[in-house]
Amino acid sequence: MSQGTFTPAPGAAPLHRQVRAQAAMETKLLLRNGEQLLLAVVIPVLALVGGTLAARRLDLDLAHEPVDVLTPGVLALAVMSTAFTSLAIATGFERRYGLLKRLGASPLPRIGLLLGKVLALLLVQLLQAVVICAVALGLGWRPGGGVLGAVVAVLAALLGTCTFAGLGLALAGALRAEATLAAANLIYLLLMMGGGIVLPRDTYGAAEGPLQLLPSAALGDALRTALWDGRADAVAFLVLLVWAVLGAGLASRLFKWE
Amino acid sequence: MSTPPASAAEAAVEIDGLVMRYGDKVAVDGLSLRVERGTITAVLGPNGAGKTTTLETCEGFRKAQAGTVRVLGLDPHRQRQQLLPRIGVMLQAGGAWSGVRAEEMLRHIAALHAHPLPIEPLVERLGLGECGRTPYRRLSGGQQQRLGLAMAVVGRPELCFVDEPTAGMDPAARRTTWELLEELRADGVTIVLTTHYMDEAERLADLVHVIDHGRLIASGSPFELTRSRGSATIRLVVTDPFPPEAPASLQRTLGPTAEVRPLNEQSLLISGDADATTLAKVSAWCEEHNVLPESLTLGQNTLEDVFLQLTGRGLGA
Repeated sequence: MSQGTFTPAPGAAPLHRQVRAQAAMETKLLLRNGEQLLLAVVIPVLALVGGTLAARRLDLDLAHEPVDVLTPGVLALAVMSTAFTSLAIATGFERRYGLLKRLGASPLPRIGLLLGKVLALLLVQLLQAVVICAVALGLGWRPGGGVLGAVVAVLAALLGTCTFAGLGLALAGALRAEATLAAANLIYLLLMMGGGIVLPRDTYGAAEGPLQLLPSAALGDALRTALWDGRADAVAFLVLLVWAVLGAGLASRLFKWE
Repeated sequence: MSTPPASAAEAAVEIDGLVMRYGDKVAVDGLSLRVERGTITAVLGPNGAGKTTTLETCEGFRKAQAGTVRVLGLDPHRQRQQLLPRIGVMLQAGGAWSGVRAEEMLRHIAALHAHPLPIEPLVERLGLGECGRTPYRRLSGGQQQRLGLAMAVVGRPELCFVDEPTAGMDPAARRTTWELLEELRADGVTIVLTTHYMDEAERLADLVHVIDHGRLIASGSPFELTRSRGSATIRLVVTDPFPPEAPASLQRTLGPTAEVRPLNEQSLLISGDADATTLAKVSAWCEEHNVLPESLTLGQNTLEDVFLQLTGRGLGA
């Protein structure tokens, strides 16, 4: 390197370029991580295919075709896996490895970091939705509800993303990175099995009523109602909204940069 | 660019009466110091002296609890978003995604700046090519440090804060780092460096600020600091621990023109009148008191000795 190489020429890149760089990097790292990919795509697809085939063989008495029952639930599961589990784990380790502090000393403003993260989440969720819908259509899925149903489903997914992202950030704020990893995976598994997200609440017997207060069941209900009947499930949206406010409040209280 | 031309007289960093506390522990206790533009200025002190807290206040991570801090003429906390693009920061540890590759991370930081340095020469210069596809969490401490340094300079800052830049580096990497910092200075970049390595401060710094317990206890060039307190010291290391009254006894033998300071149970330092005559007296004292010297050396004062004389204790590692 010759004389003058380091002559100062300071300055921040334009915000849109910073946000794009941040979103691209976060998406790339998320997709590169094997465990995250398992969580984001493989488990939901397995649940969809396995569940559909098993339900057909057992000839369960469901109100709808098995694939029509499972697809909205699996989409809900995918939203939860990315917005809650992946985000919580990634954030825990970003703090642990000083990444958040490093970015805090760079020209990237907080709003840029936040926009980058949101964009990365939405990109990954879009990818998940494409894969899951393609597999579901291959299994004979016929979404009801028409265009209106699709719009309501997207709104529910966005609200669900806010809700679970807030809860995920709160978890990452409250615990150490390793503990966040364990807790986020455990909560994901528990909600997947017993949280009314993949399967409709009426398959849970007496728990049907209380379950509707969980954010997982609310997101599942909202997507099912949208993609079956093209309606917005007011109770489910309300429950998600309450959890979203709670999550955002907790996250802003517990979140630490370093 | 909207930045007004800086007057030559304006300091790069100006700290006046800074106080920082964590709970009831005082980390920085009324610190005042100045860093001139275009210099390498070392902030020297033992662990816990308040170096990192001071740096992080200059970088705008923390708000000054009392006193004022100006960096490039800006308030680093209130005007942080204006300041950050103009400074480079090397954190003491960490600063990347756990799964990111070194070069990828450097490119990302570069992308946040308007006129970053070209990446390849910097990667080659700091030997980051050897990191290849290894994720950050599996890089060695030295590799992480070199990446940290690269991230601090890639945005072509006016002012660089480097916190313990060579901790954990092998000797070759230390030399590379020193040369890089000297080139930065030659190109007009101001460097503020914290360290507890004396040789680093002696080699690099135009000005050294010695800090202890959050206070400035001495300032000057390495030359001024080492010459102002007598030019030489005698170091006595013995095979068995000294009897408790030994330092006092030796002090009486040498008289008031020399100063005896115990370093630990088996070594002590003599400054002031440290010459051949004193050396002979120490030797005689040893014989008389049945103390077996392992080494008895007369040497130039180092910054380490200066530090010891100022604080009464070593820097530690």
